[in-house]
Amino acid sequence: MAEESKSPVPTPPEGEVKPTAEKAVPPASVGAQSPEKPVGSVQTTQAAAKPGGEGAPAKPAATAAAPAKPAAPTKPAGPVPMPWTSPMVEKYKAQYGSGLEAQTYLGQNYFSVDRSLIPDFLRLLRDEEQFDYCVDITAVHWPKREKQFDIYWILYSFARNERVRVRTQIGDGATIESSVSIWATADWLEREVYDMFGIQFDGHPDLKRILMPDGWKGFPLRKDYGILQQDKEWVQINLGIESGQ
Amino acid sequence: MTEQKTPDQKAPATIPAQSKQLPGGLTDTSMRVTGTRLDPSGALGSRAASAAHLDLDTPDHPYLDSNELVINMGPQHPATHGVLRVILKLDGEKVLGTECVIGYLHRGVEKIAENRTYTMFNPYVDRMDYVAAVSNGLGYCQAVEKLLNVEAPPRANYIRVILTELNRLASHQLWLGTHALDIGAMTPLFYTFRDREEILKIFEKYCGARLTTHAFRIGGCLYETYAGFEKDVKNFLKFFEPKIDEYETLLTGNRIWIERTKNVGVISAADAIALGVTGPVLRASGVKWDIRKAIPYANYADFDFEIPIGENGDTYDRYLVRMREMRQSLRILEQAVNGIPEGPIMAKVPKVIKPAPGEVYHSIEAPKGELGYFIVSDGSTQPYRLRVRPPSFVNLQALDVMVRGALVADVVAVIGTLDIVLGEVDR
Amino acid sequence: MLNSFMSYLHSTVTPGEAGNQLWALIYVLIIFAGVSLTVMWLINWVERKALAHFQVRLGPMRVGPHGLLQPFADALKLMLKEDIIPAEADQLIFWIAPVIGLLAAFTVYTVIPFGPSQAVSDMNIGILFMLGVSSLGVLGIVTAGWASNSHYPLIGALRSSAQMVSYEVAMGLAVVSAILMTSLNSTGTGTLSMIGIVRAQQEQHVWFLFKFFPLGFIAFVIFAIAMVAETNRAPFDLPEAESELTAGFHTEYSGLRWSLFMLAEYAAMMAVSSIAVTMWLGGWMRPFPNLLHGPAWELIFSLFPGLSFAAFAGFAFIGTVRMPKHSFFKVQRIGLGIFALVLAFIALVLFVIAIAGRNADTSIAASFREGIDYVYWFLMKIAVFMYLFIWYRATWPRYRFDQLMRVGWKVMLPISLGVLILTAIVGVLV
Repeated sequence: MAEESKSPVPTPPEGEVKPTAEKAVPPASVGAQSPEKPVGSVQTTQAAAKPGGEGAPAKPAATAAAPAKPAAPTKPAGPVPMPWTSPMVEKYKAQYGSGLEAQTYLGQNYFSVDRSLIPDFLRLLRDEEQFDYCVDITAVHWPKREKQFDIYWILYSFARNERVRVRTQIGDGATIESSVSIWATADWLEREVYDMFGIQFDGHPDLKRILMPDGWKGFPLRKDYGILQQDKEWVQINLGIESGQ
Repeated sequence: MTEQKTPDQKAPATIPAQSKQLPGGLTDTSMRVTGTRLDPSGALGSRAASAAHLDLDTPDHPYLDSNELVINMGPQHPATHGVLRVILKLDGEKVLGTECVIGYLHRGVEKIAENRTYTMFNPYVDRMDYVAAVSNGLGYCQAVEKLLNVEAPPRANYIRVILTELNRLASHQLWLGTHALDIGAMTPLFYTFRDREEILKIFEKYCGARLTTHAFRIGGCLYETYAGFEKDVKNFLKFFEPKIDEYETLLTGNRIWIERTKNVGVISAADAIALGVTGPVLRASGVKWDIRKAIPYANYADFDFEIPIGENGDTYDRYLVRMREMRQSLRILEQAVNGIPEGPIMAKVPKVIKPAPGEVYHSIEAPKGELGYFIVSDGSTQPYRLRVRPPSFVNLQALDVMVRGALVADVVAVIGTLDIVLGEVDR
Repeated sequence: MLNSFMSYLHSTVTPGEAGNQLWALIYVLIIFAGVSLTVMWLINWVERKALAHFQVRLGPMRVGPHGLLQPFADALKLMLKEDIIPAEADQLIFWIAPVIGLLAAFTVYTVIPFGPSQAVSDMNIGILFMLGVSSLGVLGIVTAGWASNSHYPLIGALRSSAQMVSYEVAMGLAVVSAILMTSLNSTGTGTLSMIGIVRAQQEQHVWFLFKFFPLGFIAFVIFAIAMVAETNRAPFDLPEAESELTAGFHTEYSGLRWSLFMLAEYAAMMAVSSIAVTMWLGGWMRPFPNLLHGPAWELIFSLFPGLSFAAFAGFAFIGTVRMPKHSFFKVQRIGLGIFALVLAFIALVLFVIAIAGRNADTSIAASFREGIDYVYWFLMKIAVFMYLFIWYRATWPRYRFDQLMRVGWKVMLPISLGVLILTAIVGVLV
């Protein structure tokens, strides 16, 4: 306890408990903005936040493999997605063949499935594998990719106490079947995905905006929607002011 | 940290057998509205027709049936706990259907997250569920720690548990006061707020803020416990136990309270699971599931506590579940404060947090339900996508199912019993 | 004129009986002013302070010492507010609705017996008159809801009137069972006159609360619950609660018109409390008139008015002493001190009257003393009921409307019928 400093500056403890995060800096094709920050007990005294220091966004394909680690001898290898094996996975791999990949990353299991498997695969998960609780449905936008949107279903099974993710990819403008008939909770969750990304869900009973005002143009969580961007027309008509900024 | 358990290792959940499998997983057939615009055959079931039957401007549905009245509990209303608009379709006093209009408090937190570094974003999460800010911070910090593959040291976890359980008590107290006020008992509000002050004093002494505390940091806690922290918490435990008895004296056996809350807003376990409802609402319907026990985090496995469940899934059961949860929180607090281990309070986390590319989902048992953070990292210092799975948002969906067939005065009671915070619903 | 004034002083009948219009007018003015002032000032202040203390807070403290002038400030504010009448409202009916409510609430005070001769008039159908006229209050509420021309107040008004009507049945039956007890005298005829009912209790040497225990008690409890519902007070205040959807019949009323409704409500509360006090609690009789009789006890009990005011003066004095000794509080300290002195003066006067009139002769002091004692005990008993009203409001949640109606029709009505029948049977047998 003697070493325990009471000052608000966190001093590093002695000895490593767990391997700390790996700064996987991919080969910097976008300007050498991000200096490699050494991991370890030496704290840099520079300003901690460098908001501009991002590398090129990684492009996880359906069969994910970790991006090539830079040959920095001082850094241990970080976590990579590992293949996930379980009886359930075997069953579905046998059934769906190459349309389904199963991996685990940092202890969390996920399926990456082909678009054509939705919604049958989800229905199978609920009916046969007892994933009766749909925790969340969300999407991620990768604008530089051909299939721009990743759609995730996070499912949980009470009986098995197991949580699993299902991921698929669709392109911009494509639609996907709604899961409302499988889990009733998908109603608002899909509405929010539609509201934020513009992804249409076929078969949804009432797909309209939920968080943004009705009649708003633009889908805010897309990467091409600026953070300060607003639907000027809506603002002018409904709020009577020139601009919302 | 693995979340996959073999089926016989931990099976805490018990759900009743589903009697009849309907589309969408619902078993409630009492108030089925079929034949809506998007679903003419009614194949999608009652839940699917939730809002469509309130569609007011389609030519094939008359605006107002002769017996039906559409009224509006506007965004500004003393009983909606925030800016929530509920459109009610009534037949006299009976509610035929509801539609919730939300988004009045939408601040674009998820978009902001994509433009802030992980550390910079930490204060933002407090503002979502502002009533239980510490829990939000806990979930976020743990999610990022998971992404970084670090674990906070045990001392930090104990401090986190103590503050989170105190926060749970504060959140439940606020719920109790406002819920009782909506139903007409004005006095418990003042009692709970007065007692909540003690908790807020402890927060203020610890981190300087009462409500939006920003108590935790990625990797552990920033502040060491102040001198007298344990004593304060122990005094609070002694002070608070009789207060719960006081609240129960006022309400639990009260004939009028029982009549206003029993069999009001009933939701069956199967419906609750299908609708994704979590937290005390799910537990009151009979499903014994608590993330602190099912997928323990932050050393919760060290503590011995029970999960209270209810039977009927009505408002009275939710009230009892939350009261018992408060008592269990006191148990956890006692164990935690008596056993804070020595050690560091911060794991070895780099100053610039740049997780490896990948994604992680982590959820905690917030006072309102399962609060989840899904973070997608692209290897930079800013999250590529940060999704917050808010318990109140999903619980609010269940409002429609819960008030079908109830009276207008029950709508207010049910909104209160769901314990929603609009900051979390809208983010 | 002076003759008319003086001749009445030793009368044993009410001015109405005695045909003394001057005193009748005096009584009416005293009642009107007294009730208005009491309601506006005393009850309002006590309600706010009591509610606040129940809720672990202080209540009004700034306007006047310990908030004593708060009701006046509120009344002034309400009077100065803009008088808003909805454009769509029926102007005449909108104006007249609170007047109807007030009339109904105040007219019943003509038969309330503050003492054996301290009433405006002792009609021999007194209780019937009271129940009938107080029912007219419903008319005021319905016209208010109707005239507002807006469906929320209309729904609230209809709910309120349905509630009041359904609880009047139980009220009436409970009252009838008390009236049955008045007929247990030598002639076998009862009376509907309010003063007669109290005299019957006097002759039978028992408060009807305790008569044929527990029948009288149950009838009293039924009435006590029904009167809370009758006046739209908690826990039966759904029609006027804010957190419910329909905000009540007085939604569109602002300013002075709204305060007229509140005045009518509180006056009605006092009126029904006085019915309860008259029927079951012995009216103006002091406690234990037969057990503790004799001039010594008479003197002791007649000191009570003075003692009460002395106690109030004592509280005010303690408040003055405990006021923070800061220049900000100088005015409040002085004000409270003056108030304490006024109360002490009144206490002194009451003591003087009590002691001066201790020999039960026909001096002016004696008759004043008797009158004051009667009025005092009556008002004390009413004060207990008013406090209970406030206590209920602080403690209980409110009933949902259908539950409220169910309690009124399915619980109270059968019980009161049963009590009535049993009272009749027991009265015949005993």
